[in-house]
Amino acid sequence: MENTINSLELSTPPKAGKRRRYKQPWILHFMVLPAVLLSFVFSYIPMSGVVMAFQDYKARLGFLHSPWVGFKHFHYMFSNDYFVKIIGNTLLFASSKIVLNLIIPFAFALLLNEVRNMGLKRSVQTLVYLPHFLSWVTLSGILIDVLGQTGIVNQFLTSVFGIQPIFFLGDGSWFRITIVVSDVWKEFGFNTIVFLAALSGINPALYEAAEVDGATRWKQTMHITLPSLLPMLIVVATLAMGNVLNANFDQVFNLYSPMIYQQGDIIDTFVYREGLLSGQFSFATAVGLFKSVISLVLIVISYRIAYKFAGYRIF
Amino acid sequence: MYHKTIPYRVFSAFNNVILLVIGILCLLPMFHLLMVSLSSSAAANGGLVTFWPKGFTFEAYAKTFDNKNFLTALWVAIERTLLGTALGLFVNAIAAYALSKDTRVFRARNMYLWYFVITMLFSGGLIPSYILILKLHLINNLMALILPGLVAAYNMILLLNFFRTVPKELEEAAFMDGSGHLRSFFSIYLPISLPSLATVGLFTMVGHWNAYFDGLIYMKDAAKLPLASFMQTLIVQSDMTSFDAAAIANMSQRTLRASQIFIGALPILIVYPFLQRFFVKGVVIGAVKE
Repeated sequence: MENTINSLELSTPPKAGKRRRYKQPWILHFMVLPAVLLSFVFSYIPMSGVVMAFQDYKARLGFLHSPWVGFKHFHYMFSNDYFVKIIGNTLLFASSKIVLNLIIPFAFALLLNEVRNMGLKRSVQTLVYLPHFLSWVTLSGILIDVLGQTGIVNQFLTSVFGIQPIFFLGDGSWFRITIVVSDVWKEFGFNTIVFLAALSGINPALYEAAEVDGATRWKQTMHITLPSLLPMLIVVATLAMGNVLNANFDQVFNLYSPMIYQQGDIIDTFVYREGLLSGQFSFATAVGLFKSVISLVLIVISYRIAYKFAGYRIF
Repeated sequence: MYHKTIPYRVFSAFNNVILLVIGILCLLPMFHLLMVSLSSSAAANGGLVTFWPKGFTFEAYAKTFDNKNFLTALWVAIERTLLGTALGLFVNAIAAYALSKDTRVFRARNMYLWYFVITMLFSGGLIPSYILILKLHLINNLMALILPGLVAAYNMILLLNFFRTVPKELEEAAFMDGSGHLRSFFSIYLPISLPSLATVGLFTMVGHWNAYFDGLIYMKDAAKLPLASFMQTLIVQSDMTSFDAAAIANMSQRTLRASQIFIGALPILIVYPFLQRFFVKGVVIGAVKE
């Protein structure tokens, strides 16, 4: 009996809402359960905690009894000159990093792709990729020492160019440059490898055909390599858009100091100081919520675009 | 053949040299600091060390390992890394297995998948997470460093995509012989996926080893700080005043700090060759879909 039903169903295309053929194994639910519970406690409960952005949260009153204040914190936020400043800093850092971390790795991957000596190619890859894995604590420790007033960089600048030591981390404009350059230093190797993988995926027959037609290497690059990589570049660039409010907390937090807050403070470090250090829980949450909501919208848009134009999807 | 033309050869020679120089430049700051850590503190403070140790000594390393607090922090870091990676791999892999089944087998699959993807897109932020840990009485508890980040949706999706490439026939054969999903996960999928599990595991380990911020805010007791947080307080926070007298006094610590930086980074440097080898595979796992 069971068999006849199955074969009948096989012969007709399944309709929506109709009982499926397979029995749903409950064990699969059980296998997802630990992850579901952990996510619920450590992601979803904090998500519901954002209601405190609309309250004057008092620890002794809790979420249920703290007074509701509507958009007070948001009004305060936007009327605050300093807040506008840190939004500017955040956008400046994040967008410079996004652009440079696309262009430089792209160019570097193209150049690295021309290296025919595999040993050299691999060594260079190994060297540039390493900083990606070191934490910003380690790298900041290194940068603080190297860029210090008596550090080796200033020693070099003084002895070779005869200029005064530069306060890389103590002067606002230099701080901004340091942030962007050191981020490129850490991350460009990572994107280089992504692009290299895409380069190795280009069909060699294209190059062979071009060769037969007498195309120079430059022409091959312009007419085969670049067009082949363009979709990938667009996907990476689009997806990076979601990060335009992420100026990298770990980096700034470990390198900045009170005297350059005006040029170096970003949203995340501000949230940390206002919230955990000054105890302005509700205000800090409001600032954080503002950032998360905009980021969420940007991410959704960028994934939609990437999916629409390049068929990109994560699962 | 463009390789044989003279302009290309000239370009190629330049290109090789320039790329090698850039590669070396990337590591130069670290190399310099390594040399500082191996020099006598007098030479280091005098700014005499460039790219070779002056007055070669392991003194700074010996001092660092004499420091009880450093050793405690090292132990906490090892604990959190091992425990966090093992638990994380298990929880994510077993969920990824269930989610790798298509909707005919596991109807709720897409619903669960979105449930996890949402955690990737939106978070409650710093303050609500902090209050949660406070309310759960996890302050000063190692679990505060492990549980919140245990479910990593991104890793789950990587594993899920990999599990989908495992030939279905293997599992079907096992089902014929009376095995269930649990058995199929443990006896077929886990062993066959060791390389990708290793990839995800290594990346999780690096993440745990490098994580400092959670330790900084959740561990009020200095003896519970993991190494990365401990180093953050030691190296970064102590310096921030680059100009005043305290910084000058701190100068005597320069070799010490350099040695701590290197001991902290050593595990990463050790696993780095493996990470790099697996990485390209990781990209492939993430990129290839049916």
